[in-house]
Amino acid sequence: MEIIMAFVIGFLFMAAVYLILSKSLLRIIIGTGLLSHGAHLLILTMGGLGGEAPPVLTEGAKTFADPLPQALILTAIVISFGVTAFFLVLAYRSYQELETDDISLMRGSDEDE
Amino acid sequence: MLQVLYIFIPMLAAILVPFLYKSIKNIHTGWFVLAVPATLVIIYASYIAKVAKGEVFQAELPWIPSLDISVVSYLDGLSLLFSLLITGIGSLVVLYSIFYLDKHKEKLHNFYVYLLLFMSAMLGVVQSDHLITLYFFWELTSISSFLLIGYWYTRDASRFGALKSMMITVGGGLMMLGGFILLSIMGGTYSIRELIVIAPDLVGHPLFTWSLVLLLLGAFTKSAQFPFYIWLPDAMEAPTPVSAYLHSATMVKAGLYLVARFTPIFAVSELWVWLVTGVGLLTLFWGSFFALKQTDLKGILAFSTVSQLGLIMSLLGGGAVAFHVNGAADLVFKFAAFAAIFHLINHATFKGSLFMIAGIIDHETGTRDIRKLGGLMSIMPLSFTVAAIGSFSMAGLPPFNGFLSKEMFLSAMLALNEFELFGFDTWGALFPIVAWIASIFTFIYSFYFVFRTFAGQYKPEQFPRKPHEAPIGMLISPMILAAFVVIIFFIPNLIGDTFVKPAVQAIQPFLYDSPSAIDIHVSAWHGLQPELFMTIGIVIIGVLLFVALPKWQGLYNLFPRSLTFNNAYDKIMQGLDVGLYRISRLYMTGSMRHYLLYMFSGIVAIVLGTLFVKDAFSISFEGAAPIRSYQIILIIVLVIGTATTILAKSRLTAIIGLGSVGYTVALFFVIFNAPDLALTQLVIETISVALFLLAFYHLPKLGKREERMRFQLNRAIISIAVGVMVTLIALSAHSQKLIPSISKYYKETVYSLAGGGNIVNVILVDYRGFDTLFEITVLSIAGMAILAMIKLRMNRKEKAHENK
Repeated sequence: MEIIMAFVIGFLFMAAVYLILSKSLLRIIIGTGLLSHGAHLLILTMGGLGGEAPPVLTEGAKTFADPLPQALILTAIVISFGVTAFFLVLAYRSYQELETDDISLMRGSDEDE
Repeated sequence: MLQVLYIFIPMLAAILVPFLYKSIKNIHTGWFVLAVPATLVIIYASYIAKVAKGEVFQAELPWIPSLDISVVSYLDGLSLLFSLLITGIGSLVVLYSIFYLDKHKEKLHNFYVYLLLFMSAMLGVVQSDHLITLYFFWELTSISSFLLIGYWYTRDASRFGALKSMMITVGGGLMMLGGFILLSIMGGTYSIRELIVIAPDLVGHPLFTWSLVLLLLGAFTKSAQFPFYIWLPDAMEAPTPVSAYLHSATMVKAGLYLVARFTPIFAVSELWVWLVTGVGLLTLFWGSFFALKQTDLKGILAFSTVSQLGLIMSLLGGGAVAFHVNGAADLVFKFAAFAAIFHLINHATFKGSLFMIAGIIDHETGTRDIRKLGGLMSIMPLSFTVAAIGSFSMAGLPPFNGFLSKEMFLSAMLALNEFELFGFDTWGALFPIVAWIASIFTFIYSFYFVFRTFAGQYKPEQFPRKPHEAPIGMLISPMILAAFVVIIFFIPNLIGDTFVKPAVQAIQPFLYDSPSAIDIHVSAWHGLQPELFMTIGIVIIGVLLFVALPKWQGLYNLFPRSLTFNNAYDKIMQGLDVGLYRISRLYMTGSMRHYLLYMFSGIVAIVLGTLFVKDAFSISFEGAAPIRSYQIILIIVLVIGTATTILAKSRLTAIIGLGSVGYTVALFFVIFNAPDLALTQLVIETISVALFLLAFYHLPKLGKREERMRFQLNRAIISIAVGVMVTLIALSAHSQKLIPSISKYYKETVYSLAGGGNIVNVILVDYRGFDTLFEITVLSIAGMAILAMIKLRMNRKEKAHENK
């Protein structure tokens, strides 16, 4: 399973980078969303996908999943949400101000040249 | 310890200057500043008697002990002489500046802070025994010089001159640092005195020549030697007190100091003797020759300074010859090093006073253009007297100190070609000839300076201001210096015993054990020696040529401007500017996407490179979890969702694609035994999609925009490369477990330490509680930023509304 997941994650990353390199702000934000999904799955996969039960101590303890990657991912999910929300409002604001969502047109002022 | 502190007194005093300037407006800030160099003169004067006997004083203050760097103040004859010049001339210059710079119009706090900074730096240069701190102070003098030249920073010429001097002297300083480092590698120590002791062992070292050349580059750039002298004329844009202080009396002599200080180490080398003497003489001739082309008073003085520095440099080169001659202490040419130091003192006195006079003329008439000046003798009699004394001394006439050192210079040059050494008997014949010709030009420009300004026709209509004699306060400093010019002529041996001989002993320790062992007696009358005839020749030819000057001065215009070193400098700087600009334009496109491309390529290159070098590619199916059919279905959904986001033409489809990916990831969490993650992911994904939909309402449609094919290709390649890279990392991470998992610790202690059963939750709130706290902080900051951005817009809109 890990082997297949490795390819799936690679695909997610590829799509994310491809979107981040586009001109449209919305696509870029979707790209960052995909990037965080990919990263979460990557962490989980690296920790191993084995284990037969959630990492909760119960009677008759069996082998359970690795808790550490899960703790890391939990933090990461929340943070990535914060970042996505921030990006969205930023995009919305810059569209309001600059009247474009094309980042190739957002190059600072002419005086910088 | 205290001795080291003296170096830093001006720097510490500089801290107070801005406060004094701000709080006490009625009194010129210079009066307070004057106390600093005046105190230091007294302190250093207390060393004179002991140092004259041959004693040395050393004090150390550790700076960076782990690197063996400390501030060492080492006072011997040479260092003390320079320290006295720095503080003595410094006092006079500060006094002069009080009258030169208006307390209401000028930014005095800047000026005096820079000046005090320079004073500390310069004291540090001449007293440091440690190579690294010497370099540190050396560059500090360049920086303070830069600041002082650019003091009137609104003028283009000031900024240009400041930058030029900085470029050349700091460039030379870096070369010198290279030389220092090579020296410390060879000798295994940073201490100059220790290096001098082991100097005989250094000669055969392969790095010896390199360190010699690099060190000389530092000295030549600082002391404005040919062809690096070009910065000095442009440095004349500085206020005149600065020109008198830094650019004639002290800073430009740092290079001479360096050569003098390192003579005991490098004198053994033939290259050293030829370079120092040859470049010195060439500079002497070049400077004196082109001084006559100048029309700016300070320009004449700048070229004359260049020329005089060359003279002293050539004498120091001659002093190094003594190393190779048996019984050199008894020979006639022992004069060389003595004359170098003696002339250095004399030059500081007469050139300092001349610069101050040039400043006075500028101040009182409003112009420094020698073509407009003339006939000021009757209007400014005191200034004229001082200028005449300085100029005659510079020309080498009695009864002024310049006569004595110029005679000694001629003796030394005559004596040099008598040695059958380094081919001096052939090429050496040129030395006295060049020296003689240069002296003629020196004579002419000295007369040119004083008589064109003060004699001749008075042209009042040419002056921006009505000329009158300078206030007495302004004249005090040049008068004191001029008095020295005359006094030294009559008591040369007192000066020689007190100041010159201890310094000479530091330059030629291989000849003398103590200053009193130096058997030199200076006298104005040597009898009918060749030197005397040379001087008479100089005077006769000099006067004739000076009278005829208007007839031949036009010859200077025949030199093509395009062949000058100034032009070369301008071209190089321009070329660098344009070239570097083009290079940075190549990649600094201003486009975010290009930068992202660079970053992603960089990441891929680094990670793949590391994997490759460490030979970490591996794939192993061992320990992999089994694959189930429903997992395959989820994977298919995930891939389709991802593909949708890329291919979607409408915003809504793309958002839905992203949402489906998010929910699938949540399902993955479920099947991989991570219920907490699944819950969180579901909640977050729902909110995210809602947010996206909200934003979608405001954002424009996704258009099919024109993309350049090349960028599209790069984009695809980079995306695929990143994907491959991540896959490889995941595979490698799965296939080789280099270190055992630390999760075991949590599993074992979660109940005993934290009293919880849900390990993930306990890790978050207990083991890594701070992590979670900061996570909340980040979220709140993001929330506040979002709120602020929206508020901002509201305000703007309201204002726009009001304006309507």
